[in-house]
Amino acid sequence: MLWSYCHSGTRKSLFNINTRELSEVVVIGSTASLKDEEEFTDILEERRCTTDLGYALRTFNPQPYKGAPSSSTSDLKKAVLESQYLRYIIALETGSSVEKVRQEARGILEEMSHNLQLGFIRLMAYTVNKVFKRLFRSIYVNMEGLNMLQQAIQESPVILMPNHRSYVDFLIVSFILFTYDIPIPVIAAGIPLASMKVVGEILRRSGAFFIRRAIGSDKLYWAVLSEYVRTIVRTGCAPLEFYVEGFRSRTLKSVVPKLGMMDMVLEPYFKGEVFDITLVPISISYDRVVEESLLALELLGVPKPKESTTGLFKASRVLQEDYGCMHVNFGRPLSVRQLCEGKINRSEYNLIPRDLPQRPSTEIQDCVNWVAHLIVRTQEEGSLISPWSLMACLLLQAPITTLTEEGLQWHGLTEKTLWLRKLVLDFRGRLNWPDSDVMSSTVALHHSIVHHKAGRVCLVQDGDPASQDPLSPEEGVMRTAAAVLMLVSYRNQALHVFVRPGILATAIHITKSTQKDELFSFFCFLRDVFANEFIFIPGRASQDFDEACSLLQKCGAVHMSEQEVTVLETGLEVLSFLQKLLQPFLDSYQLIFRYLCENGAHVFTEKQFLPAVQNLATKLILSGDLHTFEVLSSDTQKNVLSALRRLEAVTKLRVNNNILSIADPYFFGKYIAIDVLLMTEIMNKRAL
Amino acid sequence: MCCLCNTKRAMCLLTCGQSIWVCLQEIMKWNGWGYSDSKFLYNKKGQAEFTGKRYRLSGMIIPGLREWMESTFGANLQHKTPAAPILNSSAVQPPTLNEAFLKELKSTGIPFSHDAEDRVFRSHGHCLHEIFALREGKIGRVPDLVVWPNCHNDVVKIVELACKHNVCLMPYGGGTSVSSALECPPEETRSIVSLDTSQMNRILWIDEKNLTAHVEAGIVGQDLERLLNESGYCTGHEPDSMEFSSLGGWVATRASGMKKNIYGNIEDLVVHIKMVTPQGVIEKSCQGPRMSTGPDVHHFIMGSEGTLGVVTEVTMKIRPMPEYQKYGSVVFPNFEMGVACLREVARQRCAPASIRLMDNEQFKFGHALKPQVSSIFTSFLDGLKKFYITKFKGFDPNRLCVATLLFEGDREKVLQHEKQVYDIAAKFGGLAAGEDNGQRGYMLTFVIAYLRDLGMDYYVIGESFETSVPWDRVLDICRNVKARIVRECKDKGVQFPPLSTCRVTQTYDAGACVYFYFAFNYRGLSDPVHVYEQVEHAAREEILANGGSLSHHHGVGKLRKEWMRETISSVGMGMLRSVKDYVDPNNIFGNRNLL
Repeated sequence: MLWSYCHSGTRKSLFNINTRELSEVVVIGSTASLKDEEEFTDILEERRCTTDLGYALRTFNPQPYKGAPSSSTSDLKKAVLESQYLRYIIALETGSSVEKVRQEARGILEEMSHNLQLGFIRLMAYTVNKVFKRLFRSIYVNMEGLNMLQQAIQESPVILMPNHRSYVDFLIVSFILFTYDIPIPVIAAGIPLASMKVVGEILRRSGAFFIRRAIGSDKLYWAVLSEYVRTIVRTGCAPLEFYVEGFRSRTLKSVVPKLGMMDMVLEPYFKGEVFDITLVPISISYDRVVEESLLALELLGVPKPKESTTGLFKASRVLQEDYGCMHVNFGRPLSVRQLCEGKINRSEYNLIPRDLPQRPSTEIQDCVNWVAHLIVRTQEEGSLISPWSLMACLLLQAPITTLTEEGLQWHGLTEKTLWLRKLVLDFRGRLNWPDSDVMSSTVALHHSIVHHKAGRVCLVQDGDPASQDPLSPEEGVMRTAAAVLMLVSYRNQALHVFVRPGILATAIHITKSTQKDELFSFFCFLRDVFANEFIFIPGRASQDFDEACSLLQKCGAVHMSEQEVTVLETGLEVLSFLQKLLQPFLDSYQLIFRYLCENGAHVFTEKQFLPAVQNLATKLILSGDLHTFEVLSSDTQKNVLSALRRLEAVTKLRVNNNILSIADPYFFGKYIAIDVLLMTEIMNKRAL
Repeated sequence: MCCLCNTKRAMCLLTCGQSIWVCLQEIMKWNGWGYSDSKFLYNKKGQAEFTGKRYRLSGMIIPGLREWMESTFGANLQHKTPAAPILNSSAVQPPTLNEAFLKELKSTGIPFSHDAEDRVFRSHGHCLHEIFALREGKIGRVPDLVVWPNCHNDVVKIVELACKHNVCLMPYGGGTSVSSALECPPEETRSIVSLDTSQMNRILWIDEKNLTAHVEAGIVGQDLERLLNESGYCTGHEPDSMEFSSLGGWVATRASGMKKNIYGNIEDLVVHIKMVTPQGVIEKSCQGPRMSTGPDVHHFIMGSEGTLGVVTEVTMKIRPMPEYQKYGSVVFPNFEMGVACLREVARQRCAPASIRLMDNEQFKFGHALKPQVSSIFTSFLDGLKKFYITKFKGFDPNRLCVATLLFEGDREKVLQHEKQVYDIAAKFGGLAAGEDNGQRGYMLTFVIAYLRDLGMDYYVIGESFETSVPWDRVLDICRNVKARIVRECKDKGVQFPPLSTCRVTQTYDAGACVYFYFAFNYRGLSDPVHVYEQVEHAAREEILANGGSLSHHHGVGKLRKEWMRETISSVGMGMLRSVKDYVDPNNIFGNRNLL
């Protein structure tokens, strides 16, 4: 008799990977993308042939986690409320009677809890199916990943970790799992969704549970939430889905992961309450994002519309549009046990009852952080890059006036896009490259951003054509910025492939050095500064550097020896492309540093800061001293502040008032000078 | 054959005076567990059978065992791995003898031997790797000499001589160690002398007023119990190895007995200890039942694992033999409920003499060991019971588990106690499942070790290990360790799913003792013992990560030494080290256990 679970070949590969191989997966990324493409199946194709109702009423009989007792949502709530942990926290809350606090906890739980019901899953599937068939030409899913998931779900509690680029993907995973007879997940969602009339309730019954946005120091809330999440994981009653990035990325670029949920999810493993937990990174890629125009406006400071049911109906006009294809790539399931092997010592929980709140050691915190980053990186590597992303990269490197006025030559653009396609393949990126008529159909799909006419491509700028009033120059900048930022979002979808070699190219460009160690220390410096902008797995600087080197060498841009990196004549095009790709980030950071330094004020609030930077940037753009619109994005501005706080150049004084202060003017002064030459100097100083 | 037995028996009998002495070596296997006449085998019909006359199961056909072995391990009667039948003396290294020591030893008249068989017999315990090597005829470093002191004074002489001539001494009791404690350190260059305490096996006196007995430490459990029984007493100390393990060994490893709930573990039973060390004899001046005289020096001795000296005489508590004994068993719908019940029993402090909870795999295993039933009526009853539990009560045969119970005391109290425990069990869905199941459960304890030898005849290797753990961790540790074993086996290329099972064998106020059994079919593996050791190592790591102890009663030996520092802290290690350095600065007791 053989292993009962050996019958599936995929199963074996699931857990036989050791951590070493795993890190290779991370470094090397995906295998040849052509092969991967073949593995995707269009799940809408079948849906189009059958009736929606028949589909929604299909027999659904998934194989659940084998250790899970069948438990209802009320069992779950009861388990949470009666948990030793919560009882302890409730006893700690002073000021009001225990009964009152318990009542409050019950209230929190009611507000939070999902109420997953198969009937509503069917309703959801019916609706989603109808909507998706309208919105998308195809939804491609990798069956291999789905098979692995199906196996994994029976073995241990599974955490589904998709990236979040659009509201549309909120239920996509549930939809797919319903289609393939896999247990429906419960999904962590932001509380605003819950307050939507009817829809909130439908989502709740489709498995969503709702988390408040600003929890702050509300201990009771934290306690209820964490116990709720841990109980779901511990019992394995349903797969848990959450966005490790914390929210929908407005820039379509990966967001540095949030650790709160990650921590709660992993804790049952750390405390030995489950044997293992399986993390499944899921990469969702869109040809065209439904809310693309809203995103850009939001980034420029136009507030996003409140989630409301009426708003949803208003948005129904988006149904008229074509959004191309969607790819859902289920990543290889990762065993938390294997990921954490050698990184943590679980016996730190031996001496205190596990039900008591305990601050995890730095070792544990670092591990959680590492895992979270690893997941986001894996999501990045699993996402598919569309031809449009590549075009966006190229369009953004053209002077802005060309784009807005006479337009870019179509022929040149397509040729360069093909060149870039080859580079992406060299860099082991995954491409979504349909066979026929790629370029023009892509541009047609994105008619809201670019306009292709008479052999030229130019940027479409939103505006009220009826209005005859000329725009003020500032308004003009904002108008262009809105269009550019949309383009930027699509460029961002491809960024993860280029970041590491791009940083190396930048380092070469700035230092003009050929010495490997010099380049490495500058590489680390940039990596450090931009750690809020791009996803770097902590503690892997040298692997990242090696990766960058080998990729540049592979595409023939540089020649490597033991000590030196020499630029090859043939590589100038690549290097210049990469360096230009990252230039907007350097420019933006530099501008903000300069603003902070020259502003003179040592204490400022975030509320003052954002518009002030925007004003300054607008001025500089108008005067022709600044060539990027990206600094106008609130996302960039926030990232810079986070980076400065991380680097301890800025500290947050009072959390409530969002007051920031420049912690160490001297230290900060060094960072302001993120000027080409001075930066080298800083590096030299640092190296000393 | 055994040198002592053949050539010195007369002398021994002379010097022993009273003679309950049997030469165990003569009637025991040299490369397996227990008595030579008792073993499992498949007869010509391919049915499993247990030979001999010593056990309840002896001479019986066990119809279910073959199928269980085939389905659990994928073992096959066609694939045999027989053991080397006899010891090849030429494979044994010639002894490194310390002539000066030998000369003086001779003058004392204490029996000794450097016969290969005697030395090999005392070179090992019963760890898997030890037995596996013996079966393959591979012999490593073995003691160079065996001595058989007859009394405390003999031991004093031997230790003095060893110190004088710088000879390494390794005390040997029953040889049932499962911690590599008896393995000779390969790096030891001195002559290694195995000090076999088996001749020191008398009860020196019984004090009926204080209910204590003064006993020589070489006595093995079953003899001690039998002799005390003759006087109407018992110690109640019944470790699973009690047929062969010795009193001195219990003290040296902090042993625990099945009935500790009534009688206590060895540390509760011991009133006075005499130990011979290189620095002299250590003992207390009185037999007060409890003392406040600084740290209890007994606790340096208990668990010292032969690193400090030889325990020669022990005064132990004794009890009048119980008037009434009753076995029992309870079936639970699942392991979780069973553990919850045991926890409640412990909370109410009403644990019977013994209470053990087997998981589902062990339940099935126990079932497979049911002997052939003689009457149609019994088989009919069995069928009815099975029907009642699985069909009528809706227990899932793949999830249910069983607790075995043993009650002791006067009849009335036993019955009362029994009711109390069954009432608690009922609250956790437990159904009383009869005395017979209970008794068979305990019988299994003694035969399970024989079963490993059968497994080893057919490519199956395995062992058990134990831990103790707080109550709230019991379920988690059971699940995680079992799962870890399964995963490690798979990762290490084991071709068949392993048997990975556990039972809760002791309950305490604050936790429980958990026993794991782990075995697998090693066909297709080039170095099965290494794989086994890697898996066991991983399982121990898992135990420690889940808040379990390094050992509940097996001890540390050399097998678990690497985890001692993290277990007792560096300061703790220093304390033990300094005791060793004072008591035995020249490492005469050089078995290198523990530290």
